Amino acid sequence: MADVTFTVDGKKLTAPAGTLLIEACRAHGIEIPAFCYYPGLSLQAACRMCVVRIEKVPKLQTACTTPVAEGMVVVTESPEIAQARKATIELLLGNHPLDCPVCDAGGECELQDMTFKYGAHESKFVDIKNHRDEQQWSPVVYFDRPRCILCYRCVRVCGEGMDVWALGIQNRGSGSVIAPNGQDHLDCEECGMCIDICPVGALTSGTYRYKTRPWEMSHVGTVCTHCGDGCKTTLGVRRANDGMEIVRGDNRDKSGINGDFLCIKGRYGFDFANREDRLTQPLVRQPSGELKPVSWDEAIDFAGKRLRELRDARGGQTIGVIGSNRTTNEESYLLQKFARAVLGTNNIDHHRTADYPAFAAAMNGESEASLRDFASAKAVLLLGNDPTEQHPGLAWQIRTGVRLRGQHLYVANHQNIKLRRQATSFLRIRENDYAALITYLAGDDSALDRNGEAKAFRDAIRGEGSLIIVFGSEFRGSDVEALVKFGSSLPNVQLACLGDYANSRGAADMGLYPDLLPGYVPVIAAAHFAQEYGASLPSQPGLDLLQMFDAAGHGELAALYVVGANPVARYNIDPASLRNTFIVAQDLFLTETARLADVVFPAANLYEKSGSVTNTFGDLQLVKKAADRAGTRADFELIVRLAVAMGADVKQLVPFGHRGVRADMGQARGAQSGEADRHGVWLAAHHLEPKLSPFDPFAIFDEIQRLVPAYEVPRLDLLSGNDQHLRSGLVQIQHAATRRDVVWPSNDTLFTSGTLGRYSRTMSSVLESREPAETAAD
Amino acid sequence: MASPAQPGTIFSPALAARFDRLVTLYPVRRSALVPMLLYAQDEIGYVSDAVVAEVAARIGITELDVRNVVSYYSLLKTRPAGKYHVQVCTNISCMLRGGNEILDHCKKKLGIPNKGVTPDGVFSLEEVECIGACSWAPAAQVNYAFHENLTPESMDQVLSDYRAKAPNGEGK
Ligand code: SF4
Ligand code: SF4
Ligand code: SF4
Ligand code: FES
Ligand code: FES
Repeated sequence: MADVTFTVDGKKLTAPAGTLLIEACRAHGIEIPAFCYYPGLSLQAACRMCVVRIEKVPKLQTACTTPVAEGMVVVTESPEIAQARKATIELLLGNHPLDCPVCDAGGECELQDMTFKYGAHESKFVDIKNHRDEQQWSPVVYFDRPRCILCYRCVRVCGEGMDVWALGIQNRGSGSVIAPNGQDHLDCEECGMCIDICPVGALTSGTYRYKTRPWEMSHVGTVCTHCGDGCKTTLGVRRANDGMEIVRGDNRDKSGINGDFLCIKGRYGFDFANREDRLTQPLVRQPSGELKPVSWDEAIDFAGKRLRELRDARGGQTIGVIGSNRTTNEESYLLQKFARAVLGTNNIDHHRTADYPAFAAAMNGESEASLRDFASAKAVLLLGNDPTEQHPGLAWQIRTGVRLRGQHLYVANHQNIKLRRQATSFLRIRENDYAALITYLAGDDSALDRNGEAKAFRDAIRGEGSLIIVFGSEFRGSDVEALVKFGSSLPNVQLACLGDYANSRGAADMGLYPDLLPGYVPVIAAAHFAQEYGASLPSQPGLDLLQMFDAAGHGELAALYVVGANPVARYNIDPASLRNTFIVAQDLFLTETARLADVVFPAANLYEKSGSVTNTFGDLQLVKKAADRAGTRADFELIVRLAVAMGADVKQLVPFGHRGVRADMGQARGAQSGEADRHGVWLAAHHLEPKLSPFDPFAIFDEIQRLVPAYEVPRLDLLSGNDQHLRSGLVQIQHAATRRDVVWPSNDTLFTSGTLGRYSRTMSSVLESREPAETAAD
Repeated sequence: MASPAQPGTIFSPALAARFDRLVTLYPVRRSALVPMLLYAQDEIGYVSDAVVAEVAARIGITELDVRNVVSYYSLLKTRPAGKYHVQVCTNISCMLRGGNEILDHCKKKLGIPNKGVTPDGVFSLEEVECIGACSWAPAAQVNYAFHENLTPESMDQVLSDYRAKAPNGEGK
């Protein structure tokens, strides 16, 4: 829209016609107070805090509902306005308890701040305040009615933002009260968006309430460890007896790819990290059969020597390595390098949740959509998957696009997934018709039972000027290829492939495959990798995960190294089949897999280390060390130490100390990493080289950038905490021979997250509180 | 969202048919909400959980949406009232002309407090704001009938007339 010019507090400003005055002012650094206004939600005009004086208009006007107009003259602060705001606050405080000293929001409360600013600390009201006891509405959500200032933000974010509509407003006037949909409890998605958005301490969370004071925490912006969306989450941490504990996860940094959003997992699912039963000492199996705690040196020496013996005696091809969906890119990369260059095996795999290699091969220069793109896309075609459950961040982005930008959403699914409610057009297909659907969309009328609905669906999609196609793990192998091919026949298409965990994509990109090196380079064409690694790499594809366990069953797997994975439970492996395999496992907990191991190393989780992760959309982000648990070590360090114990040359494994590399400037040393990062940014900007250690993930990141050109993104931006979309052209392969399909989607819901999720009390308590029949929100 | 056509209904066939039509009369279905609630309350006696559920399903909104509206209007009741619901006005005009005395008299006579229901279920009592009969204050409304220019004596008469109308044991 055309720009209009207007005057605020004597300054001439311009903004597009139609912009709300409050937004126009904010964009120019003029802050107008607001309780009920919230960007992106419908206008409420309930609180009157935003009143301003507009010339020639008799009464004070609400800046949150007034669009700017040509020639408008506005005053945003004056004694008259201050008096009006003060009166508003005084009314709000009429029945507001003075429990700031114990309120969760104390110190970061908008009502407190406004009272401080306008000084409405005295009340003319003499009536006794109407007290109501706090209510627990769900395992996550608590409501303290007297603190509520009736701004309706919670009601709107739950309804408009989440499409759950679990909160309402009941009664009338000063008796009005926020009410949950189950009368005395909530049936909802437990996202905590309502708690986050509440300007006061009326809505509080089960995990955080009465735990600490806001100023006792340090805040570290990092990436959620759960699903493949990679939302940015800010962890509030404080010192504990055995390190730094996480007390809060929230979304104070709205600059992330997830915008305003976090789901229950990103917001509250950090609690596994604080569990008492975490492994904090290395364990080694004794002749008696018991796993016994031993010193680090003893455990690492033992594991290293044994692995070396087995490699030398029986050959690298009898050793298997299973990597993780939640370790950093640097760790996954290092793990495959260790497997190939030190163990001498291509038997390396991970729990695959999407067919990224097929996607990478098919893409061939097509553009991949970032998670950010979904909120602004004109049209989205969603094939398979149920993002509300499996990719909550994506579902949020899509709902935002539909709600605020009139995005057209096309959904084809074999189930009535919740996002159909946002769909311009929803096509219900049979579970095994996904491939046929693509053939049909590409123009072959005989592929689907012809009906008008499918035809209208196809016509509408083809009529779009630009489109993001996003698909679930229903598509594998040649189906992915056909899908990408169909996509490339349309104008301005971007694609996205959905996989399940925080760094599944990174695990794939970093070559945790028996047949593919980092960047999807086939092992049979390993030339420049061999050169770089200075070792002769095994050139034949190794065993995939299932084949490794088969080999173990036949007594042909001498050793297995499992990093941050629980294949025994996931693939239901018979423990007896592993009787003759030497197993080294590193994990947070004594999982079903760790329980069978001969050596167990206590590992740090994603919130306790630094490095980078790649979400399923190819957004590369920095993770920062927020928490710390005494007795655990990062997987990166463990791999290096194991390699050293095997007699490998550490400089060869981690090329630290070369020119032009960057270093850990303290991210690994505690919660004050913000400062260290700023230091790192400064160093990078000045082409300086900090000191390095072999445990520094950034040393290996240099190598990744060298060998996987798609990862060559501006380092400075990454270090400053901005997500960077991978450069297209990740693929370096000509389409490899047909590969065995061992993709196994995890089918997590909003309240599960693989093995890790089972260790989150918040998530389990939500599951326990539910009746068998779920999705009350639908 | 539930489909509007409900196989089983808690309402009489006539009312169910009326509702079927009502939801089609407005540009948006939820505009039928308040009239439906009023009719439902007349038939069932109050807005029960079952009423909330069926009205929500008929319109295609959540039960929470229905409760939000029900709780806004004091004339919609979520608990059973008596067969005769006595509403005594105590707003300005009535107050000046003895409305509070009428209310107190009713409390004593019926032996129930404001918002109470007699044990036999025949009467319930409620203090209300202006019912638009100021010219004939003090006034009271029993169900939909107005009674004006009241005195304690005429109020007694009103109550006993209704009592006589209620068959024994009526009002559950
Ligand atoms: S879904 Fe639940 S937790 Fe999320 S905003 Fe709604 S009421 Fe709050
Ligand atoms: S609970 Fe919080 S967000 Fe909701 S209306 Fe009250 S003050 Fe606003
Ligand atoms: S949507 Fe995924 S990445 Fe985002 S907070 Fe939830 S689990 Fe974490
Ligand atoms: S912010 Fe404008 S009325 Fe509340
Ligand atoms: S004041 Fe009682 S009817 Fe108006």
